[in-house]
Amino acid sequence: MSEVKKIKKGLDIKLIGKAEKVLEKADRSETYAIKPTDFPGLTPKLKVKVDAEVKAGSPLFFDKYSPEINFASPVSGKVIAVNRGERRKILEVVVQADAEIQYEEFKKADPNGLSREEVKEELLKSGLWAFIRQRPYDVIAKPEDTPKAIFVSAFDSAPLAADVDFLVEGEAEAFQAGIDALAKLTDGKVHLNINPNLNQAKMFSEVKNATVNKFAGVHPAGNVGVQIHHIDPINKGETAWVVRPQEVVFIGRLFQKGIYDVSRKIALCGSEVKTPCYFETITGASVRNILKGKLKDDEKIRVVSGNVLTGKHIPEDGFIGMYDSQITVIPEGDKFEFLGWAMPGLSKFSMSKSFFSWLTPNKKYRLDANLNGEHRAYVVSGEYEKVLPMDVLPVHLIKSILVEDIDQMEQLGIYEVAPEDFALCEFVCTSKIDVQDIVRQGIDLMIKEMS
Amino acid sequence: MKALRKFLDKKKPLFEKGGKFAKLQSTFDAFDTFLFVPDHTSKTGTHIKDAIDLKRTMSVVVMALIPSLLFGMYNIGYQHFLSVGETAPLMDMFVYGLIKVLPIVVVSYVVGLGIEFAFAQMRGHAVNEGFLVSGMLIPLVMPVEAPLWMVAVSTAFAVVIGKEVFGGTGMNIWNPALIARAFFFFAYPSKMSGDAVWIAEKADTFSGATPLADAAALVDATPAQAESLMSGALSQTWDMFIGLIPGSIGETSTLAILIGAVILIATGIGSWRIMLSVFVGGYAMGAIFNLIGANPYMELIPAWQHLIMGGFAFGAVFMATDPVSATQTTRGKYIYGFLIGFLAVLIRVMNAGFPEAMMLAILFMNTFAPLIDHYVVQGNVKRRLKRVKVKA
Repeated sequence: MSEVKKIKKGLDIKLIGKAEKVLEKADRSETYAIKPTDFPGLTPKLKVKVDAEVKAGSPLFFDKYSPEINFASPVSGKVIAVNRGERRKILEVVVQADAEIQYEEFKKADPNGLSREEVKEELLKSGLWAFIRQRPYDVIAKPEDTPKAIFVSAFDSAPLAADVDFLVEGEAEAFQAGIDALAKLTDGKVHLNINPNLNQAKMFSEVKNATVNKFAGVHPAGNVGVQIHHIDPINKGETAWVVRPQEVVFIGRLFQKGIYDVSRKIALCGSEVKTPCYFETITGASVRNILKGKLKDDEKIRVVSGNVLTGKHIPEDGFIGMYDSQITVIPEGDKFEFLGWAMPGLSKFSMSKSFFSWLTPNKKYRLDANLNGEHRAYVVSGEYEKVLPMDVLPVHLIKSILVEDIDQMEQLGIYEVAPEDFALCEFVCTSKIDVQDIVRQGIDLMIKEMS
Repeated sequence: MKALRKFLDKKKPLFEKGGKFAKLQSTFDAFDTFLFVPDHTSKTGTHIKDAIDLKRTMSVVVMALIPSLLFGMYNIGYQHFLSVGETAPLMDMFVYGLIKVLPIVVVSYVVGLGIEFAFAQMRGHAVNEGFLVSGMLIPLVMPVEAPLWMVAVSTAFAVVIGKEVFGGTGMNIWNPALIARAFFFFAYPSKMSGDAVWIAEKADTFSGATPLADAAALVDATPAQAESLMSGALSQTWDMFIGLIPGSIGETSTLAILIGAVILIATGIGSWRIMLSVFVGGYAMGAIFNLIGANPYMELIPAWQHLIMGGFAFGAVFMATDPVSATQTTRGKYIYGFLIGFLAVLIRVMNAGFPEAMMLAILFMNTFAPLIDHYVVQGNVKRRLKRVKVKA
């Protein structure tokens, strides 16, 4: 039994609307989309035109700079739209689904019997490679690299996060097959990180072909970046790969069944959902049918694909992000509040105890998307350090990014961080600084300078 | 409130680009956002934000200063009536102090905020909340008999040279309130030394020396003089702690300051690390002097007494903790705080010219804060490099 690493720095944000572990039926979504914007740093090149017929697993587009990385259609049907934004940037490739899904056929095989090259080829061909991401930089892994280790975080500590055990319930065999495949890709270990306080399923705690590590404590204990930092931090020149449990299952299904099956459970949660619960759907599905009739209609809402800290704002008929397993609906909160900064604030959540809500530590909050203030220069110090459980000096790193000092960024640990690790810093920031954006800019700059 | 909101929304276009009063945009914006937290929602990054903002932070600090302010007012009255030898009801003392102190507070805020607004306007920035605290700190570190025009000039100097030339709140390298006091101290020394300035309308016959002045006099005192000094104001340690001693308006009461400290620490807004290490540093230097005992000051003043004399506690709790001019790293905060306390007591005892050394110690360490941070950052960098070497 390995020892439990307890994450003490951080913050659990208690929100109203955690999904009940009940699987509800929703009308099947008719349209599905893959959004190139879900993949930071990607320059997509289309492989299909509007009106083309595709199967589940047929490539829709590929990476211009690594043409072997394909992005596959999640369902079979007809490409009905390629939505573009400014300067013709591709935003969405939309597929209208057939009633019955036709799958592209890939090789069925036990990954234990395959070589590294064969596993790689299968993943690249099928489009599942897009689910393997790397650190540093938090981008899709480079096929030519061999990572020092592969990390899977088997729990999610973000606000209202889906219960990972429930998400992959009944998929034990596919999960193990996926782990077996991943084990082929590295010379080092596959690390599976569980939370002993959650009583996690045996498919995690008794996994074969992987090392189990234990993490407990407050968010971001479940962030894989934090876990890597505590297990085997990334130094210059090293890479580690990360995959999420549902995606491990997708990989397992590919080898077991020979198909690109990216159907998954998702959690519908948040204070504006009538009865938060789980739904069976497919990656990239339109959320329209899932949301239909499920929302409280009292005020303007914001639909987020992902959690409230790192997710993306999507329209009410938008599409679930590639890596997301939850949809969170919160009030928009675009209203003025009279003397809001001076109120006792019993219903306001703050890490500081400057609002009287600290008297009720177990209260759950209905938080909206209001900034609760205005952008300012840095004034308060020591805030970020309270929520970043890494040996990284957050403000100094942020400042080195702002002045684009590559050497300093490298020295202060840009290789070890991903925007999501700084999400809590952004949340608690008194000066309302867009920390995640800045970290992403820094990473983009590093990619540009180092290649 | 809806009517007020409607009114503001109607007037807003006048102050926006192209409007009639576009030049007053920052001013309008400051009042608008003061009255209403704006309707801005997050565009990128986290969809929810902590409820705290700079207005809240600053108003908590102002709140923490209120006990010192109120006690200061009372003490002004108390000292006055004591010096003229009258007894007066508590309320009279307080009202006397209120009348004396209020103009100084008003002058500090009007001058400071006026300049802040003007600069924000010139730069097209939003008005920053920083001065809400500085504007309260400045009167609290002034002698009660400070002429108002001197307060005004010091405040103006502090805001312009101490802050705006660096780019405004968040960019300054020294604590603006201490810049105001330092300017006052060096520009008008006669109004910040001697015994007369600390007590309002003091009767000439009354000595009214501050404990610090008495302590400074110990340095060259003969044993007999030392004994008489030690049995005077310096023996009244309880008065020193409560704050019934002459001194700057808000700095005398260690008790009121500690109430402020509790508010700052409990809300998580002031750094307990800095406060604690300032006190530890001051005590350590005091204890070293006790051991050396080269003159009566070193020998007779116990180390802990340094912590309740003069502006030590006020500086530790409210001045050293200014997050902009202090060190920013956790480890740096301990070093920075310790050195402030250490230096303050060192200067106090070794240089009779500067009995109130806290101000100088803090300004000095403000200057060195980036250097301390630099070494802490280098430590982090070295740990990272070492990790690579161990592997290689």
